[in-house]
Amino acid sequence: MNPDTGMKIHVAGESSLIVYFGEVTSPEISARVQQAAQRLPELMGETLVDLVPSYASLLVLFNPLLTDEMSVRQAIHQATQQVAEVSASEGHLVELPVYYSQESGPDLAALADRAELSIEDVIDLHQSTEYRVYAIGFAPGFAYLGQVDERIAAPRLATPRQKVPKGAVAIADRQTAVYPAVSPGGWNLIGLCPTPMFDPGAEPTMPVSVGDRVRFKSISRDDFLSLGGELPEPAPTTEGAELKKGAGA
Amino acid sequence: MSITILNPGILSSLQDAGRFGQHQIGLTNGGPMDPLAFHWANRLCENNAGATAIEISVGGLKVQAQCATRIAVTGAEMPVSINGSEAERWRTHHLQPGDTLELGYSQNGCRAYLAISGGFQVEPSFGSSATVVREGIGGLNGQALTAGDTVKCAEDTRSNCWSVPEEERPQYRKEVTLRVIPGYQEHTFDPVQQRLFFHNSFTVSDRCDRMGYRLTGPHVKSNIEGILSEGICLGAIQVPADGQPIILMNDRQTIGGYPKIGSVLSVDLAKLAQLMPGDNVSFHPITIHCAHNALHLAHSRFQRAQLLELEN
Repeated sequence: MNPDTGMKIHVAGESSLIVYFGEVTSPEISARVQQAAQRLPELMGETLVDLVPSYASLLVLFNPLLTDEMSVRQAIHQATQQVAEVSASEGHLVELPVYYSQESGPDLAALADRAELSIEDVIDLHQSTEYRVYAIGFAPGFAYLGQVDERIAAPRLATPRQKVPKGAVAIADRQTAVYPAVSPGGWNLIGLCPTPMFDPGAEPTMPVSVGDRVRFKSISRDDFLSLGGELPEPAPTTEGAELKKGAGA
Repeated sequence: MSITILNPGILSSLQDAGRFGQHQIGLTNGGPMDPLAFHWANRLCENNAGATAIEISVGGLKVQAQCATRIAVTGAEMPVSINGSEAERWRTHHLQPGDTLELGYSQNGCRAYLAISGGFQVEPSFGSSATVVREGIGGLNGQALTAGDTVKCAEDTRSNCWSVPEEERPQYRKEVTLRVIPGYQEHTFDPVQQRLFFHNSFTVSDRCDRMGYRLTGPHVKSNIEGILSEGICLGAIQVPADGQPIILMNDRQTIGGYPKIGSVLSVDLAKLAQLMPGDNVSFHPITIHCAHNALHLAHSRFQRAQLLELEN
């Protein structure tokens, strides 16, 4: 453990070390993860295979035929030097339009009930926060955004849906996300976003990267449709839905 | 110049060495579940390392050549026949236009590899042809192979045929010991739980696929239920609250929040990938230094082994 920064490096596997920058979700910790992720490629060159930045950790995958554990640890120490005072405000600001409604967000009413708020209040609270992209994973283009206002935080559904529509805007605990494609999922659905979150043919592939900031903006049904959004077939009830693998994002 | 898929069998997919450097947009690795068998198949066809081959799980693949070429089948013990006549695995064979190649169901092992001269020619997506069905990425349109698919390849009329020496061909077993590098949340498993994990045998459940192998056995408990989601490496062993370990494979999700006791050595992961439901697994802890020694040895053994040239 580095006493100045609280950073810890653990072995993850034969060809990976994981760096822990803290144990909580915060923009400052996320910024340090991001900074290390930006510096390591140059420091490690071809010995670096891949990186997985997340909320408070960075998984560093290396080629064990080209380097060894000590060298990777040294590179990590170098990459994390002088980052104690990283500002958390970097990253692009991306605005994502959302059609919030009971039609596009089948869990909106239940979430409002649970929170003892009106549906309008839930929508206002969701779009009044500036979120940070903490991690990307679970599925191509799935960006974990935080933190959702405590008043509208909601646990995952007891029974995940087998089919969450593409573009679904969802909440789980204090995280929110836009489903990039149809997939199983257990998050609470509150609206639909017409912006493609993952397009293999586009450059860039995703509108956001880890470290970016995101704001949601309420749009009408008409605007949603004219921006290319598609309403899914009437949602089947979650009753009887089986717990599918991969539903636990 | 191509081959046609007449029957894909249970699950056949195009795979190269895997997709790397794309974790930051959420893409996993894909690639061959048993890299050793995959690399041998390519060597038998005199291909570049990592050329695109077909991974056949369990068996049942039937293809027809549309051009003269050379192929090789390695990996699980699936009976191979060319135009109905039995053909040997772990060696190069010639195919003429119209020839059919068929793989029966595996008698031992789970994954076989069909390599072809020059490799199957597939437009890479994100730098790789590896098919990850869950992501809809790679292969032909992100899908496993289906009957009627045509996969491009190059014509090859060279006559050389090769064979993998007997002593280099892996023996697939119903029981394997997997070497584990303790790591990640290892410290959240107390000594009793560590002993339970390392001194018992587990069974491969029927929930095993390219994403992960779920095992059943004694319940192993971490003293935490979950963690802030973090990156998952190949071979990571996550233990959810039900105490039943899941070993994460090539098509795993890249981040997750279950505690992990460590990760399986890659050369042993290839052995796990050859197991079927009902087979048995046990674990043995090793340090990362021992792991690197084992890797270097396996790598140099493969590099040094010479193919045998066959008389035509």
